[in-house]
Amino acid sequence: MEIQVNGKIKQLPKEVETVADLLHYFGLDAKMVIVEQNKEIVSKDNFQGANLQSNDTIELVRFVGGG
Amino acid sequence: MKDDRYSRQVLFSPIGKEGQEQLEAKHVLIIGAGALGTSNAEQLARAGVGKMTIVDRDYVEFSNLQRQQLFSEKDAENRMPKAVAAKERLSAINSGISIFSHVMDVQVEELEKLAPDADVIIDATDNFDTRLLINDISQKHDKPWVYGGCVGSYGLTYTIVPGKTPCLNCLLETVPIGGATCDTAGIISPAVQMVTAHQVAEVLKILVGDEQALHGKLISFDMWNHHYQAIKVNTVKNPECRSCGGNRDYPYLSPESQTKTAVLCGRDTVQIRPPERMERDFDTLRRRLHDGEIKQNPFLLSYTLNDHRMVFFKDGRVLVHGTKDIAEARRLYYKIVG
Repeated sequence: MEIQVNGKIKQLPKEVETVADLLHYFGLDAKMVIVEQNKEIVSKDNFQGANLQSNDTIELVRFVGGG
Repeated sequence: MKDDRYSRQVLFSPIGKEGQEQLEAKHVLIIGAGALGTSNAEQLARAGVGKMTIVDRDYVEFSNLQRQQLFSEKDAENRMPKAVAAKERLSAINSGISIFSHVMDVQVEELEKLAPDADVIIDATDNFDTRLLINDISQKHDKPWVYGGCVGSYGLTYTIVPGKTPCLNCLLETVPIGGATCDTAGIISPAVQMVTAHQVAEVLKILVGDEQALHGKLISFDMWNHHYQAIKVNTVKNPECRSCGGNRDYPYLSPESQTKTAVLCGRDTVQIRPPERMERDFDTLRRRLHDGEIKQNPFLLSYTLNDHRMVFFKDGRVLVHGTKDIAEARRLYYKIVG
């Protein structure tokens, strides 16, 4: 499946089906990320249930502690 | 001409003469005097914010100078507390404003004293424990605050206005543990400056009362890979949130949530805070330290023995250098302090 993540086109393997899978694929901790799928915020409770579709536009915002 | 020092800012119509007077009457509290803190503070001092309080628990080291813009080599050589060195430089930049500095670790007690008098709080900390504390205090005292964080070439910022926007606890739902820090991923100055450019712009809008101009978005960017995001997060506001919801109980202000030890960002260092407030007497301490090398200034005493270095502050805190292991740091601390 091909989707756009943070402005870049990504080819994803078949087993990446949901937002939760996507975070896992990128090695991101779900607690520290805000996810926007096609301009809608995905609630953290729904990361498992949010299915990815071809040509989705995903924005991932990581919280970082440094300062 | 001294009289026209703010003329270019007054010409900027959203601020104007009236806005400039507002700035001069306002008080900004900056938590942290590292990269974000020094950059925020310098911009706001130049802008003529009348009163600034800057708080930090650390002292200047050479590895700070690459990005912490208020400090000099001399500050690093003398191991000056960051809050003290920052105040000195800020006063030289603008002698017409009041600057207060505190060498302290900010916890509930300290914030409860500092926050009520502030008009806005700037997050320039390096950890989420303190941020969630600021978040609860901001809700409790109805003070806006501006989150900022950065690592590598990446940074993000969000402005929290009590009663209007979601709070940090809505956005995070939990205290993040681990993740990349300056320690592991480094940091470049442009990422810092991009975060503080947003923070300062937001603070100026708040101080002149132009809240409509606030961006209202979670903004993030990567300065090396040219990616910029601005996401509306209003829908994340949680009516059940324990920090800003209807039945709030400010979980991060409770005594149980207070940390006595912490690993410092960007440093191979553990901070140990004594269980009770104290003023450390350096003379008594010196009598206990037999071997090793001692260096002292009016604010702190640095003690090196073999591979370990400990820095004792007047307020009782100790920084144990050369380890990230809290248990090991405690062992070294108790060996000396007893």
